[in-house]
Amino acid sequence: MTRVLGLYNYWITILLMMTGFLMVIWRTNFVKKVIGLSLFQTSVYLLYLTMGKVQGGTAPILNGSAVYSHPLPSVLMLTAIVVGISTAAVALAFVVRIREAYGTIDEDELKALDDAE
Amino acid sequence: MIDHHLVVLPVVLPLLGAPLVLLVRHRVAAYALALTETGAVAALAVRALIRTSREGPLSYLLGGWAVPWGIEYRVDTLGALVAVLVSSIATVVLVFAPRSLARDVPRERHYLFLAIYLLCLSGLMGIVVTGDLFNLFVFLEIASLSSYVMVSLGPNRRALTAAFRYLVLGTVGATFYVIGVGLLYQVTGTLNMADMARLLPTVSAFRTVLVAFGFITAGLGLKAAMFPLHAWLPDAYTYAPSAVSAFLAGTTTKVAIYVLARLVFGVFGPGLALDRLPLGEILLVLGTLGFVIASAVAIFQSDVKRLLAYSSVGHVGYMVLGLSLNSVTGLTGGLVHLVNHGLTKAGMFLAVGCMAFQVGSTKLEDLRGVGRRMPVTTAAWVFGGLGLIGVPATAGFVTKWYLVSAAVEQGAWGLVALVVASSLLAVAYVWRVVEAAYFRAPPDGVDGEIQEAPLGMVLPTWVLIGATLYFGIFASAPAGAARRAAEVLLQVAR
Repeated sequence: MTRVLGLYNYWITILLMMTGFLMVIWRTNFVKKVIGLSLFQTSVYLLYLTMGKVQGGTAPILNGSAVYSHPLPSVLMLTAIVVGISTAAVALAFVVRIREAYGTIDEDELKALDDAE
Repeated sequence: MIDHHLVVLPVVLPLLGAPLVLLVRHRVAAYALALTETGAVAALAVRALIRTSREGPLSYLLGGWAVPWGIEYRVDTLGALVAVLVSSIATVVLVFAPRSLARDVPRERHYLFLAIYLLCLSGLMGIVVTGDLFNLFVFLEIASLSSYVMVSLGPNRRALTAAFRYLVLGTVGATFYVIGVGLLYQVTGTLNMADMARLLPTVSAFRTVLVAFGFITAGLGLKAAMFPLHAWLPDAYTYAPSAVSAFLAGTTTKVAIYVLARLVFGVFGPGLALDRLPLGEILLVLGTLGFVIASAVAIFQSDVKRLLAYSSVGHVGYMVLGLSLNSVTGLTGGLVHLVNHGLTKAGMFLAVGCMAFQVGSTKLEDLRGVGRRMPVTTAAWVFGGLGLIGVPATAGFVTKWYLVSAAVEQGAWGLVALVVASSLLAVAYVWRVVEAAYFRAPPDGVDGEIQEAPLGMVLPTWVLIGATLYFGIFASAPAGAARRAAEVLLQVAR
């Protein structure tokens, strides 16, 4: 039981990852695809943070004999968050331009419009 | 001074150049600045190639932090070779770009394109030189985000949907890669590639390492457009502006293949990747399916750029095949094809760009009769096409020679037959364009005023096509470097 529940961070990671991934694949609305993509990336932040966390650990500011969490995964994820935000921004900019050019942001309707040309 | 920072300058120069170009804004000044930067990067890359072949790998510690805590930039012969390829294609395409791009982007906004172009170059050079797995992810995303934007600049509104699809799949690929890196970090506690390669054998029994390997291979396969993960590529190359298609076709997928080779052989090691895991068999099947199916699909395309795009998927298949064979000859073939095909395909996209500039279309039916009106450009297409087929005295022949010899070494005669058969498919799709260009009358309603493209576009095209012919005849320089790299990667005693 504790083997399952004790790893709850990883279960949440997997849940987020699969929810996001399936949204990217199944949703035809481009904004929802972008949301799914962001969710997918967010799950990775949790994966990294989980591996750096030590139970009862604090930030590694040297002041005696406390237990420290590993700071590097958090730092890496700061960079990954920046990458994720830039990706979402560019993706949403494309969605705006697609809406201007086609009048819709639904994948099926876009395909129908392209095929009709 | 320059020699000391030789490894890091190709990344830093264009990274600083991008905001400078934005500040300068003036069309001619911004262009001159961007061209100087790109040319300087190419010169530095050539210098790095000369030094690595003389002194061995060059290492640079960012901020002076020691390995494995700091980030290390490391260039060996293979890295320098790919750096020279990427930066020289970037320079040649940038010479071509302004006239061609003026059709799609208003001239007063070219400085924005130049900034993105420099960012993309910086990202690609970063991928090539970095020795740190997470740093590689960041550069991968810098290069990818800027290439999505460049694709979206195409004249047709479909460029937008193509860019969006490229973004979604590219991001999924990059995220897969970073998941894999995270899992590796979990078991080894290091991100430095050389350190990781040292530590991995002690922990390779863990399932985490195998899962990480799967994630990284799939993610890079997406970025490299390895069949069947190539769905983003045909639309992106077809609807991007011609100069962008040429730049991306010559660089991005090649860099992804380079990273794949470097991680599979240099970090995981052939013992884990090919002997314990069936990666060799998987890549063999996917690569072969790729070059057979994609070459066949290319024959039936009515748009020349789309035809070239499918041909690119096929040629990635040859590179993947080279990686899968687990022999020095095969790996040499795969790596040298990375260089040869990068030059060939970039040159051919430039030739199509010249045609599109004069004719205003890349549809096969609109290009009828173009051979007589634009003889120099069409000749470039023909020689490039011969390279795709693999006719002797072109660079494409050198690669196919290595691949076929590697297959013969292993007695895989079926594979030899498939490689030869796929070359016949290439004959078919190259011939379709040649036939339309030379043997068909121009379409009605087109006035006879179509003439040769301006020198500023024809010359860059011929520089690249000429390079493929040169390396077809004097093959020893790239092939020798690729062979040394293959020996290092496979850890074969010399």
